Amino acid sequence: MTQHEALHLHVPEPTGRPGRHTDFSYLHLSPAGAARRPPVDTQPVDTSDLAYALVRVLDDEGRALGPWAVQTDPQLLRRGLRAMMKTRIFDARMLLAQRQKKISFYMQCLGEEAIAIAHALALDPGDMCFPTYRQQGLLLARDDVDMVEMICQLLSNERDPMKGRQLPVMYSYKRAGFFSISGNLATQFIQAVGWGMASAIKGDSRIASGWIGDGATAEADFHTALTFAHVYRAPVILNVVNNQWAISTFQAIAGGEATTFAARGVGCGIASLRVDGNDFLAVHAASRWAAERARRNLGPTLIEWVTYRAGPHSTSDDPSKYRPADDYAHFPLGDPIARLKQHLIAIGAWSEQEHEDAQKELEAQVAAAQKEAERYGSLADGHMRSAAEMFEDVYKDMPEHLRRQRQQLGV
Amino acid sequence: MEIDTLAEESIESARRTPMTMIQALRSAMDVMLARDPNVVVYGQDVGYFGGVFRCTEGLQAKYGRSRVFDAPISEGGIVGTAVGMGAYGLRAVVEIQFADYFYPASDQIVSEAARLRYRSAGDFTAPITIRMPCGGGIFGGQTHSQSPEALFTHVCGLRTVMPSNPYDAKGLLIAAIECDDPVIFLEPKRLYNGPFDGHHDKPVVPWSKHPLGGVPEGHYTVPLESASVFRAGGELTVLTYGTMVFVAEAAAIETGIDAEIIDLRSIWPLDLDTLVNSVRKTGRCVVVHEATRTSGFGAELVALMQEHCFYHLEAPIERVTGWDTPYPHAQEWDYFPGPVRVAAAFKRALEKS
Repeated sequence: MTQHEALHLHVPEPTGRPGRHTDFSYLHLSPAGAARRPPVDTQPVDTSDLAYALVRVLDDEGRALGPWAVQTDPQLLRRGLRAMMKTRIFDARMLLAQRQKKISFYMQCLGEEAIAIAHALALDPGDMCFPTYRQQGLLLARDDVDMVEMICQLLSNERDPMKGRQLPVMYSYKRAGFFSISGNLATQFIQAVGWGMASAIKGDSRIASGWIGDGATAEADFHTALTFAHVYRAPVILNVVNNQWAISTFQAIAGGEATTFAARGVGCGIASLRVDGNDFLAVHAASRWAAERARRNLGPTLIEWVTYRAGPHSTSDDPSKYRPADDYAHFPLGDPIARLKQHLIAIGAWSEQEHEDAQKELEAQVAAAQKEAERYGSLADGHMRSAAEMFEDVYKDMPEHLRRQRQQLGV
Repeated sequence: MEIDTLAEESIESARRTPMTMIQALRSAMDVMLARDPNVVVYGQDVGYFGGVFRCTEGLQAKYGRSRVFDAPISEGGIVGTAVGMGAYGLRAVVEIQFADYFYPASDQIVSEAARLRYRSAGDFTAPITIRMPCGGGIFGGQTHSQSPEALFTHVCGLRTVMPSNPYDAKGLLIAAIECDDPVIFLEPKRLYNGPFDGHHDKPVVPWSKHPLGGVPEGHYTVPLESASVFRAGGELTVLTYGTMVFVAEAAAIETGIDAEIIDLRSIWPLDLDTLVNSVRKTGRCVVVHEATRTSGFGAELVALMQEHCFYHLEAPIERVTGWDTPYPHAQEWDYFPGPVRVAAAFKRALEKS
């Protein structure tokens, strides 16, 4: 009789922990320019290799290489760089405001700025994003979203457009193509598919863009979204932001070990790409490719953006407890802002002086917006929306039982 | 029963067409698909086949596959896409094949559809209608018989509706589709083909023989948050909905007790005034539902009547419900709160004082 070793349970574990460096070879990086760029009408099954490779454009010297290095207007790149800088400054200031107890809670997107911003610049007006709480770049990339109003939401003050009902960062901007943030993970992914289906039902030209993190891909809504998107060939981009960490949970616990999140798409009949999320040019080019597929009735595209959550999950988290404190410094895909800056300088479209000037100008802009928003109060100083408003918007018209309860509260 | 007790629906009976509840529901969707190009209908087996209960039969042929279509077996996906379509501006009318199967969609119903207007301060809304057959009496066992209305009434932001007859079914479904709030539309499947009174050993009376089986062809609504005085009476008030309306009627006829039967129609938010006025008038109240007892919607009704009618009550409020067990298959009629149990509760309510 054959003797077998006793069974044992495999529980994935990151190579790095506090005091032990991460071996980032698990990322299986491709060199810049190496991944092929198929035509947008490619068959989903023919993207298999791209779901395991890594689409990269910028090399370590800031050169744009390979078939995904499509001609991009330097003006757009400068705009993207400024938006990334603005987002990082915004996050830093709001983090500070949270520490000063002006804001109850905050979530920054440090290190991931290129993904939301390059993607936002690849979409058309009227397209609808269904984001997670870490895509504030989708809003900050736009000129039509007032930072003062965003900060009022964070402060939960009298001018909070969410009327004090939502945690800070749970924005909603229908007019800016930004769906209301839930807080329940993954729910928005299938909703994005529904929005795309609706656009197709109506013969519209607008597309949807759904967002999810590596951790939440384990939820049923992720798999449901892939099924529905494929079945109805929905005009939707399905973005998986793989920043390696879901609070303290390494992406291997979500199922990223020895495979990729992009690979899930291919099995569902969806064209899938795995892309360097810290490479602004790659993000923009892949987003444009996926958007064109969607707009041409060619169906959904799943894109795994490989990046790194450089900060804590939220202001309630301390990542030094579960990963090396200097992990981000060793992350091989670098800093998206530094990489785009290097490229722009290399092509003569930017300079150190311009960068320094832009930094100062944006810091002043964010500071001024914060100052103005604070004039309308904060949760801490009690200048918030009336308690009477708590009973509104539960239904379109307030039913009798809520009127009675509002009277009981005496407001 | 007297049709003229249904005061607010003053449509001449001459203009009504005999319909089963299935035909009435189909007619409601037909009317709304024709009237509003933003209405879409989908669910499992809903498209070509027309639904396992045939409620959507013929609608795909009439309105095309992009407006009436089959969905994957994924309740979470059906409701999740409906929420997304609502955000776009459509009005999705989706079918969950049996209420017993809505659980995978709970997150999308409770955390998303019900709260979207609130959490976005009105920026986005979910004007969706989620139809689901409920209740027992068809030997469906514990996975085709449940009445989960109390799970929905506990969720703020939802409207929960349950018609008891074809006329109300069509009018309420049109009102639900036109409503800008998410509506859970529970269809008592035992009433699809006739007004079942709980006497399972007797032949089924078809809706064509019942006045409430007469349904106008065109557009009309039965307003949400409006109960009906299904049967006027003076000795006691029965608060009920769905299948139990006819069971209560049978109990009243068989006992000779002059019971006033209030059909809630909209379970929550409800028409409290109609309930309170009746209970204050009769001073006695029996709450009847098919769902399990503990934390059932009957508990809420009893609490509300205690709050609003305490000094008018002559006797403790009686509750007749399904037992606190899963819905059994072989012992279905021991589980079902039939006219004998309801009649006994009527007598207790009259004896006590």
